[in-house]
Amino acid sequence: MSQRRSLLAVLSVTAVVLAAPVAVLGQSGDRARVRTPWGDPDLHGIWTSSTYTPLERPDHLAGRDFLTEEEHAELNLLLTEDGVDPLRARSVLAADSEDRRRELTEQTQENIHYDNAIWLTEKQPRRLASRRTSLIVDPPTGKIPPLTPEAEQREGERRNASRWLVYNISPQSFDSYQTRTLQERCLVWRHEGPPMLPASYNDLLQIFQTEDYVVIFQEMSNNDPRIVPLDGRQHLPSTIRQWSGDSRGHWEGETLVVSSNNFNDKIHFNGSSEALQVVERFTRVDDETIRYEFTVEDPTAWDQSWTAQFPLMKRDGPLYEYACHEGNYDIRHILEVARNLDEGATRGSSEP
Amino acid sequence: MHKWFRFTPGTVVLATATAAVVMGLWLSAGTLVGQAESYVAPRLPGTSHPDLSGIWQAFTTANWDIQDHGVNPGPFPRLLGVWGAQPPGRGVVEGNEIPYLPEALAKKQENLENRLTVDPNNVNTVGDPEAKCYLPGVPRATYMPFPFQIIQSTHKVVIAYQFASASRTIPLSGSTEAPVDSWMGWSNGHWDGDTLVVDVRGFHDLSWFDRAGNYHSDALHVVERYTPMSPYHLWYEATIEDPKVFTRPWTISLPLYRRIEQDVRLLEFKCVDLAEEYVYGSLVDTEGGAR
Repeated sequence: MSQRRSLLAVLSVTAVVLAAPVAVLGQSGDRARVRTPWGDPDLHGIWTSSTYTPLERPDHLAGRDFLTEEEHAELNLLLTEDGVDPLRARSVLAADSEDRRRELTEQTQENIHYDNAIWLTEKQPRRLASRRTSLIVDPPTGKIPPLTPEAEQREGERRNASRWLVYNISPQSFDSYQTRTLQERCLVWRHEGPPMLPASYNDLLQIFQTEDYVVIFQEMSNNDPRIVPLDGRQHLPSTIRQWSGDSRGHWEGETLVVSSNNFNDKIHFNGSSEALQVVERFTRVDDETIRYEFTVEDPTAWDQSWTAQFPLMKRDGPLYEYACHEGNYDIRHILEVARNLDEGATRGSSEP
Repeated sequence: MHKWFRFTPGTVVLATATAAVVMGLWLSAGTLVGQAESYVAPRLPGTSHPDLSGIWQAFTTANWDIQDHGVNPGPFPRLLGVWGAQPPGRGVVEGNEIPYLPEALAKKQENLENRLTVDPNNVNTVGDPEAKCYLPGVPRATYMPFPFQIIQSTHKVVIAYQFASASRTIPLSGSTEAPVDSWMGWSNGHWDGDTLVVDVRGFHDLSWFDRAGNYHSDALHVVERYTPMSPYHLWYEATIEDPKVFTRPWTISLPLYRRIEQDVRLLEFKCVDLAEEYVYGSLVDTEGGAR
């Protein structure tokens, strides 16, 4: 009991501290001019994208870009309580009542996949990193623009072909590795991008910077570290397609602008095709924070581009080696069990 | 020790001869000796250290076998013709001898025999990790037949390898300890004159040195040395120590060549999906219609 009380005491202190940096992203003045020795804004270091803010704005928050300070502080208090399910908590903003919020975030003893107790030991527990009600800032609805008829049809075909998207939207199949999700196969995570999204966990990223290159490493990544040349060279020819696209960067004042295209046809970012174009903007807004913003465009998927924004917050690291494929027992076990069941069924039906 | 930089009249002759072999027609031997003797690499701006940045590649058959090896038809001549054949090559091991403990040598032979075996119950420990698209480890990452890129700042060096999306971040100050054992190990770098020295520990026992089954344990300790020889060459040396497998430390060395083609860059070779049929193919339901 006393242990829990002291944890709560720590948490309420934490909540006050958490509320403080919230306004930073909205401020334009008072930018700490952190510079590299050669004069570029300094982005180097280890950062986290950790937040429970949803990509799209929940319906009941329509018309509200931001939570109030009080709402934000209250939610963060709830989210950093012991016993919160760190995966389900992603839908906390979708709840339109206190009861529903509790119901959505509470973890039952029978269903502990990830234990928030581990997150809570971190210097900064996972929470809502900003007061925004969605990562999407444009269009002003906070929603992804509707898919074009062409994209709707494409998505339908993908589903029918049982080719799973990065998110599970088609029926499960245990026939082959090919019908498992891309993340299960250690091919790519939805958050890897470009554009990057806050990861569900293991959300550290490292930015390494020279005068000629910026290199972006994400801890939970199956892609190469992203080597972004800053020398104005041309993009790859369109015949060369990559999982992480082909990135080029340049400085616009205080902001690193990275443009990526040449994606392969296996990547579907919310319905996109090979024609996906991504522009990311990294701006160091203070000692502890980079404002990360991305705009995606794909005329075959959406009639308009859309933009999202979230903070990258400084952390200590280190980044660990992820080696997902090397330790992938899931695919093997799933297929092994399925084949054993098939064999059992065949034996069963052939018996008189 | 293969040192380009300690010159006596005798070693100049040796260096000239070796250079002619390793450099081919790149530079005339005369120019090379002049350069090797007096070569001073450009400095990384703002520092007193050489700038090793660039895209580099080994030009050797060491990935087949780090010791001397002859021609071999390769494992599947019926399927692959000579695409899969092993070319001959001189070894990169000093003295061509790997000082295995007796029982460890037996394990090396076993590795070689089972190098293309996929054992469902020992998928991590049986067979060459390369075939499964596993991270190559150090030093193997250096002499895989794929380029890698060095990007250097004042306080860190990053090496990104084309094979299997492998990478290393090497801090140049202090000595940090591996938080956990890993495929690529845990690197700490420092400058010894114009040589970048990288001390690598924190390996587990799963990576191999080559397709011939040469291997190590989790006691592996590698010290790498990267020395600029000319604008287009680095000399690479790695000393390998592992008391659980070898009776004494031993050293490999080889030149690394700068890739100088216009528009050369590290392209993605993400091999996970290329390895899936190999690793999981026996578990696929071929009648289920999924394929």
